[in-house]
This record gives sequence, structure tokens and C-alpha cells, in this order.
Amino acid sequence: MNILKYKIGYLIFSLIVLIPGIVSLLVFGLNLSIDFAGGSLVKYSVPKEVVADVISSVYKGNDVVLEGVSKENDTTVVIRTKPLDVHLNSKINDELKKVNKDISQVSFETVGPVVGKETTKNAFVSLFWASLGILLYIAYAFRNIPSPYSSLKFGASAIIAMLHDAFLVLGIFSILGHFAHVEVDALFITAVLTVIGFSVHDTIVVFDRIRENLNKLPKSWQFETIANYSLVETLNRSLATSLTVIFTLLALYILGGSSIKNFVLALLIGIVSGAYSSIFTATPILVLWESKKTRK
Amino acid sequence: MKFLKNIYFRLGLVSALFTLAVLIVLPKIDIKINNSILRLDSAIGGYNINWFGGRIAKDISDFKMGLDIEGGIRIVMQADMSKIQDSEKEKALDSAKEIISRRINYLGVSEPNISTSKINDDYRIVVELPGVTAVSEAVSLIGKTAQLRFKKLDPKLDWTEEKFFEYFQQPSSWVDTGIIGADLKGVDVVVDNSGNIKNQGRPQIQLRFTNEGREKFSSLAKENVGRPIALFLDDSDFPLSTPVISSDLANGVVNDPVISGNFDMQTAKNLSIQLRAGALPIPVTLLQQETLGATLGNDSIHRSFFAGLVGLFIVFIFLVYKYKGLGLLAGLSLIFYTILVLAIFKVIPVVLTLPGIAGFILSVGMATDANILIFERYKEELFWGKKKEEALELGFERAWNSIKDSNMSSLITCFILFQLGTGPVRGFALTLAIGILVSLFSSIFFVRTLIKAFKQS
Repeated sequence: MNILKYKIGYLIFSLIVLIPGIVSLLVFGLNLSIDFAGGSLVKYSVPKEVVADVISSVYKGNDVVLEGVSKENDTTVVIRTKPLDVHLNSKINDELKKVNKDISQVSFETVGPVVGKETTKNAFVSLFWASLGILLYIAYAFRNIPSPYSSLKFGASAIIAMLHDAFLVLGIFSILGHFAHVEVDALFITAVLTVIGFSVHDTIVVFDRIRENLNKLPKSWQFETIANYSLVETLNRSLATSLTVIFTLLALYILGGSSIKNFVLALLIGIVSGAYSSIFTATPILVLWESKKTRK
Repeated sequence: MKFLKNIYFRLGLVSALFTLAVLIVLPKIDIKINNSILRLDSAIGGYNINWFGGRIAKDISDFKMGLDIEGGIRIVMQADMSKIQDSEKEKALDSAKEIISRRINYLGVSEPNISTSKINDDYRIVVELPGVTAVSEAVSLIGKTAQLRFKKLDPKLDWTEEKFFEYFQQPSSWVDTGIIGADLKGVDVVVDNSGNIKNQGRPQIQLRFTNEGREKFSSLAKENVGRPIALFLDDSDFPLSTPVISSDLANGVVNDPVISGNFDMQTAKNLSIQLRAGALPIPVTLLQQETLGATLGNDSIHRSFFAGLVGLFIVFIFLVYKYKGLGLLAGLSLIFYTILVLAIFKVIPVVLTLPGIAGFILSVGMATDANILIFERYKEELFWGKKKEEALELGFERAWNSIKDSNMSSLITCFILFQLGTGPVRGFALTLAIGILVSLFSSIFFVRTLIKAFKQS
């Protein structure tokens, strides 16, 4: 089986999948939730016949500028506003009770915008340091590969595949955010970071086999042949592992609670991409990079 | 480490760990048997350990649930450190935290999670109150700046030691002196080396006054030699401490005065933390507050927990289908692994949040990956013509490189997330890291032991 025969094709395919998401990221950005934007998010449980306008008019009566009013399902109304203080919130609640005694507040969140900025900044800082840490670790762990191959290139290829997965998730959520109003919250950051962890984890297993085979297989073999041989050898494991994780996530997505649905979806996309990128992104890049050399 | 090779030792270790973990994880189950043969009234699980007179104490009766699961309030306070010297900032923040937990105890919240964090130059106190819904009450209680007041015994009252308890209970016996927390620079625990044999080496609490504060205290001391003063925190009716002014201070105060008494190190430390909170008052402002409905979380957690179980079950079936007997062992190791991790969560304790549970589930995936790597390698070695036993040995040996490197990179990610992340991200990193470490143990040590045991029998 010659997996790497179409290596340029895989990279072009990755670009085709990535580009719409990245364009969307640049044009629309992400549909940021209250965690990032700052403000208050108030959920009400209402009787079926109550329309969202009933609630928003009470808010307007108190001179609160609304950023969003939506009826999530038959009995839930969600209000988004600029940060709302506790006293005003309880005053509005009292007024709502007068309008209809069955309206009750389910949750009330206020997030200062400072926290929002910080969460985003922390995420990028973490991403940077995690990349650097992983790069250095791979460079160290693979230091014994025969010359002229460079362990830094192994590390760098793994990082490129990781960024591929992270940006795929970010891009898809940007598109979903614009067209399906899917919001990105603090949990989403956790999801992206998990994807990064898994992506590298998966790539290293493939690279580890290339490392082993570089020392074992005949010296006359080209780098590409060895890489391909290693991919085929680890294919069973790659499939089995991805399947177990995907089974678990699918179970969580289908049966799990609604508050983690988007989180699990991000994980699913990222993990499928992570499994794909180890074989079809990281290895082709490494091969293109190293193939011009032969072992001495 | 020869004993590690001994199969009986290994089996023993595995069973002992398993039993211990099960005992820790079990919730409290009452056992009541009452018939003609046997009478038993006991309970198992949900222990609240208290051994050696409290020297070893650990409450492992319940998992600590995060707010997103149990519902409640999260309040983030920003501490204003502008008036605090750099060297005192950490201590002051700890004291502010201590004082907040004292106030929360008055609220009667069963398991508050209170933590401090420092982000750049911002000092914060994060308070999580599971099961509480009265936000404004909580905020006003927590948001108060701690205030320490020095009071003296009403000059009209006579002082004898017998009357101490009566005065102690009667707030009106004490009158203000005008000395407050701001007159102090700091509070420290010091060891008595005054040369007094009786107290030599005992911990004492030293009050470090500002120059102005020392003058005020000096005149207070001169007037009250032999009489008690009382240190009140907040609006509490009872004083924190009621030292009696000793005769050494009759001529005024030159050095920083100390409170000596029958302290051990711990009680001295506790008192100093409380006094310091009043001495270094940090105004706190509300930065963020969230109220999370319990039902919202409850529904979510039950469904997610069930979904997780279903996921595990599917993985179990898949492993048995693909790897037959070995797969069954891997499946068993997953159960062993899950119970071990849950036990560790309970003991540390790790506050369980939804991201935390997600981290745990991901670590299950990684644990399975380790087994799959080993079994695939075993199959390959068989394919290359190795004998069954040798192939299994080689499977463990050669898969180790990949397992080690891939998990190390995940641990590095966890470490960075834990260091730089906030709140839920930290919870995620912690559960993932614990999961990875335990998975390395269970997927290798546990599975290998069972395989060896089967071979021998």
C-alpha cells in the first residue's frame, strides 16, 4: 500500500478544507459568548404561551440596552445585555413576576469584560507555550535519529499538523457561528487545547515508528519509503485508537447534557482531524522536507 | 527492584490498590442485618477519617462538585493592593481569603471553594458557593473590607480574672480606643526568646505598629496595665483575642509588643492570619458573579455521566471484539483505571466540573491507546514469526517508546494549561494529567500482571 503516493494531494485537500474556515475567521471572526464579550446573560423559564417580547419590554422599561433576546425552546428565554447589577436584576424579576407569576429566573451570569479579554489572551499564550514545549520535547526525544535527518523537523511537522487541527476547529466554529449562531465559550478553549494535545499525541506515535524504522530498515531505502512503511504498520493502531475516542465522544454528543454539546462537537471535529493529520498532513510535510537527503 | 518482578507481589499490590480505591470511592452504604443468626448495624464507604486525635484527618465522604454541576454562585473579587507593601501582598491576600471563608462559615455553606489567584498584577479571590442562590446577600457579606478594632475594658468595670468570661460574652463591656487595623504594619508569629524560662521557645504573636499607631497603643497600654484589651474583627460580637497588658508596658511601648499565651504553632498562626486580615485591610471589588441553576447542571451531569458509561461500554465491546482475550484484560484494566482515578479525585480532592470530566474521558481514550499500541505491536511481532510469549514481551517493551513520548507531550500540555489557564481550564488540565499518569500505570502494570498470572496458572 502506497499511502504517500498522493502526498501533495493530501496537502491540497487540507488547504481546501482549511481555507473557507480561515476566511470566515478573518471576515466574521468567532461568535463569542458572554465569557469573552462581557455582559449579563439571563435565562428565564416561562410558560409556553409567553413570547420573548413580554420579557424584553420589562427590560426596556428599565432603560436596559438589550444585545439579544431569543426564545431557545418553548419554555426558555435568554436575554443578553451589557453588565447588569444585582439590584436591577432583582427589580426586573419582581416586575416580571407581576406580569406573569410563572416567569422564573433560571440563571443569571455577569462577566466583566476584563475577564473576557484575559481568557482569550491566556488561551493564546498557552497555545504558544504549549507549542514550544512540545517542539522542544520532540526535538529532545528524537535526538538519536540518524543524520542527516533533523529531530527539529519532526517536531516542527508535528506542530504544523497540530495548528492544522486547531485552525480547522476554529474555522468550522467561525462558520457555524456566523450561519448557525453557535457560540464560542470558555469551554471551547478547553476543547481546542484538548485537540492540540490529542493531535500531537497521535502524531508522535507515527513518528516514533519512523524513528524506529530509520535505524532498522535497509540503508538503501528512501525516506519516503520508510515513512510509508511506518504508516502502513501503524495504520491498524491509528484506526483502533481514533475509533475508541470517537465512540466515546459520539456517545457523549448524542446522549450527553445540552451544556456540553458544542464542546463535544468541537472535540469530535478536532479529533477526527487530529487522527487524519497525523497520517495525511504531518507525515507528508516531513517527507517533503526530508526526502531530498539519503542516509550516509 | 527485583520484588517488582515477583508475580505474587504484583498481584498483591494490584488487589490491595483496587480494594483501597473501591473503599474510597464507595458512597456511604448502611448495612443492617437483623435476624436470628446475625446482627449487624454498620456502614461501609463514605468515610470521614479522623485518626490519632485529628492528626490524620480527611473527609472522603463525598466528591467535591463544581458549580456547573451542583449549581450555586461564583463570585470573583478583585483585591485592591495599592496600599499594601510588596513584601506583604501574598500574606495579605491569604488573610483576606481566610477572612472571607470565616464569613462564609456564618452563611452556613457546606462546601465553599475559595481560592486566590494572581494574574499579572491583579490579585483575585474566587469564591464558589454551591447550593447558594442569594447573590446579593453573599456579595455584600464577602465584599466587606475586614476591619480590626482595639477596644479596652470599660473603665467603669472592675477587672478580675473570674469576671473574664462574663465580659467576654458581653460586647457592651468593651469601648473603642480609636486604634484600628490601619495602625498596624503587620502581624507575625515569632518565637519567644525573652529569656523567660517558662515561655522560652513558645510561639507568640507580634504586632508591628506604624509610628503613629505605636504612640496610640503606648498611651493605651499605660492607662490599662493589668487590664485586658480586646481585638475585634468586623462586627463580630466576640473578640478574637483578649490579651492583658503586662507590667512591662507601664512606661510605654518601645519595641513591637507581643501577645503571648498558651499558643501552639497552629493556633498562633491562625490568630495571626485573622489579625493580619484586619491589619492589612484590602478593599475588594466585585469583578464577576454568576448564578448557575442546579437543575441545569443536574440534568446535564446525569445525562453526561450516563453517556460516559455508554461510551466506556462501547469501548469495552470494541476491545473484546478486536483483541479477544487480551481485549478483555484491557477492558478490565479500564475499570480498574476508572476506579483508581475516581479514588484519587476524592482524596486530593479535585473539584469535579464538566471540563474536568471531559479531561477524564479524554484520558480514558489515551489509556486505551496505550493498550492498543501494545496489542498491535504484539500482533506485528507474531506476524514476524516470534513465539507468543516473546512477542508479548516485545509488545510491551517496544510500544513503551511511543507510549512514553506521546503521553509526555500531553503532560507538557497539561502542565502549561494548569499554569496559565484559569478556572475550568485548570480543572481540565488537572484531571487529564492525573488520568494520564494513572493510565500509564494501569495499562502497563495491571495488564502485564494479569497476563503473567494467567500464564502461570
